[in-house]
Amino acid sequence: MTDKKDPKRKKQIQLRGIPAAPGIAIGKAFVLGTEEIMPPKRSIPASEIPSEISRFETALEKTKREIIEIEDKISKEMGVEHGRIFSAHLLVLEDKVLVKEVIARLKKTKKNIEYVFAEVLDKYVGVLSEAKDEYLRDRITDITDVGKRILKNLSGVEDKTLAALSEKSIVVAYDLSPSETAMMHKGRVLGFVTDIGGRTSHTAIMAKSLEIPAVVGLESVTDLVKDGDHIIMDGIHGVVIINPTKRFLEKYQREKKKYESLEKELTELKSLPSETLDGKKVIIGGNIELPEDVASVLAYGAEGIGLYRTEYFYMNRIDLPNEEEQFNAYKSVATRIKPNPVTIRTLDLGGDKFLSQLDVPKEMNPFLGWRAIRFCLERTDIFKAQLRAILRASVYGNIKMMYPMISGVSEVRQANIILEEVKTELRKKKIPFNGDMPVGCMIEVPSAAVTSDILAKESAFFSIGTNDLIQYSLAVDRVNEKIAYLYEPAHPAVLTLIKKVIDSGHQANIPVALCGEMAGDITLTVILLGLGLDEFSTSPIAIPEIKKVIRSVKYSEAKKIAEKALQFSTGKEVEKYAKAKLKEIVPDIAEELTE
Amino acid sequence: MKVQKDIIVKNKTGLHARPAAMFVQIANKYDSDITIIKEDQEVDGKSIMGILMLAAEKGSAITIVADGDDAEKAVEELSKMLLSDEIDVNKVG
Repeated sequence: MTDKKDPKRKKQIQLRGIPAAPGIAIGKAFVLGTEEIMPPKRSIPASEIPSEISRFETALEKTKREIIEIEDKISKEMGVEHGRIFSAHLLVLEDKVLVKEVIARLKKTKKNIEYVFAEVLDKYVGVLSEAKDEYLRDRITDITDVGKRILKNLSGVEDKTLAALSEKSIVVAYDLSPSETAMMHKGRVLGFVTDIGGRTSHTAIMAKSLEIPAVVGLESVTDLVKDGDHIIMDGIHGVVIINPTKRFLEKYQREKKKYESLEKELTELKSLPSETLDGKKVIIGGNIELPEDVASVLAYGAEGIGLYRTEYFYMNRIDLPNEEEQFNAYKSVATRIKPNPVTIRTLDLGGDKFLSQLDVPKEMNPFLGWRAIRFCLERTDIFKAQLRAILRASVYGNIKMMYPMISGVSEVRQANIILEEVKTELRKKKIPFNGDMPVGCMIEVPSAAVTSDILAKESAFFSIGTNDLIQYSLAVDRVNEKIAYLYEPAHPAVLTLIKKVIDSGHQANIPVALCGEMAGDITLTVILLGLGLDEFSTSPIAIPEIKKVIRSVKYSEAKKIAEKALQFSTGKEVEKYAKAKLKEIVPDIAEELTE
Repeated sequence: MKVQKDIIVKNKTGLHARPAAMFVQIANKYDSDITIIKEDQEVDGKSIMGILMLAAEKGSAITIVADGDDAEKAVEELSKMLLSDEIDVNKVG
């Protein structure tokens, strides 16, 4: 790119990192010093050992007082849960193993205490940096944070800190630690840009709670940026531009405006009902995997949980989960989401979901094999434990339950017989449960969709699982890149099946939900709405956009659009039509989509 | 008195910073010496650094050893904490 010939003009540099908190910021850089913690090495005579030890102890004491002070400050300003990060710091300070090791090494090597301490710390950091787990690796920051503070107190030299931030700036650092961010003037920070860190690092958590953007893992951004340089940062895509040209600056100023107005609008949407311009009400629920996910479901304004996946219990462990831990999780989700409903999907193991603890033989076609309800109907021990846990939890909120991968009505009947057995057992033991808990079917196998009129007579609701339904009806393995182009959610066959399921449900007076990725794709929202879908369930982050689309269209119009969509011959044509219509209905969101 | 128990870590984050901190806080209430063994590694159960070094992930098999007058109670409380599925992380640092 050739910019205006200005010899003093610095070259534009564009970097790509990990997007850790969304948003766009444009401003001057405030660069924090790099993470050099190795102090100079110096030999000491044996006679100085006691005084070195006492210097170390004094520094530990001082650090402890400082940390307690920061903990108080943060707890007051940001809430107790943020302040608690520092209790872990205190434990590091009081760690007798660490202190013993430092003193033993001091006596042995006869080097100055700063150097000895830094060496010991370095050893621990070295081990942790090899940990497989991202969360554990990110905790290195906590340890070096305490370490640096101790070293500072040993040497008495103050570093450049965030407290010195005097004007609105983008903070550029090797990494940011809790005690560094504790002292900063929050109103002056526009965003965080760091060399290292992941999505769970302190920088990311802090940025999200301050609602400012962050891009982490840029590797060498601190070497490339000087104090006062102009920076653009895009926390949505993980892009950082140093000394941007006028053209880029203008482009990102527009982007920033657009992002902020959209963000504002979507936040306002949270409390508004999801209904069309002509008053047709639908439900938008969230999909979750862990009890913790309830928080984001609530944050994005979902009206319940349309899909609670339960395979998580079985992952990454060597034993089988027991009824009690499942019960606790279901109870906790139901309690937090009530009076809104939560739909628990019974175990969908098999296929691409690995079972380490069950000796399942390798299959040629795992997606067509022994999985989900087929597995549960044979392993009734595992199935019954889950059913008991769900039933017991059903008194704590509005729980619904559905069976995955139903291919015909006999599977529903078999599963229901087992469910009845479990209910009888619970009644005998006088354990309370909701006898009217709605039990529905996932419709994700083409045969189930085709016979949905039969299934509707024995189900309290349907939930269409489009990921599998598309893969099975188009015979496309969704992970095979060579044929990925055939995986078309808008394929006429898929739409016809979805229509059939919705119609069968409505004829039998049962509601129909859709909980695959398709529910979160705004391109198809209007068509699904027009087909008569009662409930969308999607990853929480997509909820505001879906709601916005629904609130921007008339149901009568959506019906016409759906009708027209069913007349195309290919998925490509449907998609093109859907995008064009979306552009008319919600121009600002649709524009983002085509970019 | 020496008491030991083999367990499988069930907290979903394994023995990471927060559960590790909780473990250390509990361990330090007791007078007994407390050791954690994982495979061939052995660390002091009262040291946060030691426990982090173990990097015990969910599903790891570990042995808790306590040696002292209150060994039995210590092992009981510590193993209960590690076996519980949902730790209230807000109670520890």
